[in-house]
Amino acid sequence: MSNGQNERREMTGAEMVVQALKDNGVKHIFGYPGGAVLPIYDELFQQDDVEHILVRHEQGAGHAAEGYARSTGKAGVMLVTSGPGATNAVTPLQDALMDSIPLVCITGQVPTSLIGSDAFQECDTVGITRPCTKHNWLVKDVNDLSAIIHEAFHVATTGRPGPVVVDIPKDVQFAKGTYVSPQTAPRTSYKPRVQGDLGQIKAAVELMAKAKKPILYTGGGVVNSGPEASHLLRELVDLTGFPITSTLMGLGCYPASGKSWLGMLGMHGTYEANMAMHDCDVMLCIGARFDDRITGRLDAFAPNSKKIHIDVDPSSINKNVHVDIGILGDVATVLEDMVRLWRATVKADKKALHPWWEQIARWRARDSLAFKTNPDVIMPQYAISRLYELTKDRDTYITTEVGQHQMWAAQHFHFDKPNRWMTSGGLGTMGYGLPAALGVQIAHPDALVIDIAGDASIQMCIQEMSAAIQHDAPIKIFILNNQYMGMVRQWQQLLHGNRLSHSYTEAMPDFVKLAEAYGAHGIRCEKPDELDDAIREMITVRKPVIFDCRVANLANCFPMIPSGKAHNEMLLPDEATDEAVANAIDAKGRELV
Amino acid sequence: MNAQLQPTGSAYFIARETEKPETHTLSVLVANEPGVLARVIGLFSGRGYNIESLTVSETEHETHLSRITIVTHGTPHVLQQIKHQLERIVPVHRVVDLTVRAQELGQERPLERELALVKVAGTGTDRVEALRLADAFRAHVVDANTEHFIFQITGKSSKIDQFIAIMRPLGLVEICRTGVAAMNRGHQGM
Repeated sequence: MSNGQNERREMTGAEMVVQALKDNGVKHIFGYPGGAVLPIYDELFQQDDVEHILVRHEQGAGHAAEGYARSTGKAGVMLVTSGPGATNAVTPLQDALMDSIPLVCITGQVPTSLIGSDAFQECDTVGITRPCTKHNWLVKDVNDLSAIIHEAFHVATTGRPGPVVVDIPKDVQFAKGTYVSPQTAPRTSYKPRVQGDLGQIKAAVELMAKAKKPILYTGGGVVNSGPEASHLLRELVDLTGFPITSTLMGLGCYPASGKSWLGMLGMHGTYEANMAMHDCDVMLCIGARFDDRITGRLDAFAPNSKKIHIDVDPSSINKNVHVDIGILGDVATVLEDMVRLWRATVKADKKALHPWWEQIARWRARDSLAFKTNPDVIMPQYAISRLYELTKDRDTYITTEVGQHQMWAAQHFHFDKPNRWMTSGGLGTMGYGLPAALGVQIAHPDALVIDIAGDASIQMCIQEMSAAIQHDAPIKIFILNNQYMGMVRQWQQLLHGNRLSHSYTEAMPDFVKLAEAYGAHGIRCEKPDELDDAIREMITVRKPVIFDCRVANLANCFPMIPSGKAHNEMLLPDEATDEAVANAIDAKGRELV
Repeated sequence: MNAQLQPTGSAYFIARETEKPETHTLSVLVANEPGVLARVIGLFSGRGYNIESLTVSETEHETHLSRITIVTHGTPHVLQQIKHQLERIVPVHRVVDLTVRAQELGQERPLERELALVKVAGTGTDRVEALRLADAFRAHVVDANTEHFIFQITGKSSKIDQFIAIMRPLGLVEICRTGVAAMNRGHQGM
């Protein structure tokens, strides 16, 4: 059926859902059937345009859709049933909200006549998901359904992207009504601002032109703004000669191989990035939000700097940190104006920045990511470094779980392109990485997709191995197995007198046998000199792999800004003796971690 | 020692609040659709903001617009955040801080009015006194028999507070207040 015929047509609610997905360019959805969505599943069965990826748990559907969205720039779509289907979707919804990921979640609901009666598998889905979505809808009239789904895609993908929920009672799925095609009739109350104020941008350029110790601090907003934003960011860095750092969410927007790159900043950022943040005189924050993992002590955050902030969300500007110039708008659009104005008005004298770069070189010389290799035991940092070296020339996408392995991956795996790094930053969701990898692999079937995992995190959504097998998604699960919840243990060492309360996993599954049980390929590696061959084997196998990489059990993640300290009070790896670790955080800091 | 007042610093740093909290009245124009009030209230509870008074009603039937009036309490920085966070809600059309607007217009505060129904029961001198005071406050008797009055009183919240305080010893039984309805003085709309 051609699109032209769809202008206004009679069809059932379930047909409308599938038609609306097609009309919004959806090729893949992630979901799990159940009583309240069976009419929609029946429609999915009778067509080939939208491919359904069956997961094993609704949380997996959500994270897979997030991975799909993050790696493509398109909205991720999930379809789940009422009640437990919807409540299981809450974690990925909040995850997507905090990391600004466009996610459209369609939930089934009990028939309208039963709503409020505590019916089987009923829950107040719009009530439960209201605080963890950008917006949500309960569709009570089939004639509203198509317009609501189109609006849902619009809201999810524009402005600051985020998750939305469309809750569709079963009787509405069966009812017949009129389908309308997506149209440009946006609601009047929702008008995200795209263009930045030119006067503010001009003021920002003037401030930047006079800077002696400038820094660019970029975040996930650059990724969300699209490839053009990353392109313009690189242009701006070249033009200005400013050093650049990024949050966890923004890695890849400026290439890690670029000469102006300082590495990631924040709690586990590099020494040079954090010191440069602390000492800068002009800070340009682009699409980041001054999160507490970034700023450290707020009263000692870049104390002598003028701050400029570009963000699409007005509530992000001046939320945690007062800025001198706030520019409300889309990153790419604002950067375009900024680059143009810089070219037109600023006579670049990069020599003026020489003393600043010399200072940065001295900080760099501390080599804060250095680690000691060991001939007998694989150091986790070494494992990530080797993984990077052996995959960097391929079309590689990395997802992670949450914990020490995530920080080591951020430090030692280097990204030269945006959309290559999928991680749960804001919510810190253990269990994110495996389903996210599935979503990435579905979007990029020929790419090498690796979930860098920890032995604890991986067990939170391990069931999606089964989905990966079913859908021929050859994802690689690279587990840094230290037998501990490493980051929990690290904090217990720092804060709680080394009392390792319940952070040691006494009964660890045999990950190789587990892989085989799922029909995947299992690899175990315990020796540094066998690591490269094992990684090559992992890459070569054309099916899902669980790689059990046994690493040094007690390694901790440094450098680190201890709780209660400022950017210039980092704990570096060579200083992190047992005593220093134990005394790094004082009693007051302890209350606040 | 109170950790919130000490700049201990932390990854979860709680800054010392140097600004003084103020009471402001916000006008929020929203699309009148299911759940919109829950979104607004949920924002306040979820982010730890205060609501001192809340009034809501459809004001423009044809365009399905409701107007929510919120009296809230916070530092200027928090009040700014509240405004921006409200503006993020998809069905919210406009948010105006009436208190800030009044100051811009050179006025001390916006026009704020409240209506209350006050039931007073009693006989003898208390009853006579209640009626006499109600008259002084320009409260109307909207229901009465030999043992009670229901007074309807409108005015500033402080006037209603005062009226209620006076009625208390005279046999106050029940109070119902609408919360504050507010707009800025002058010819301009919000």
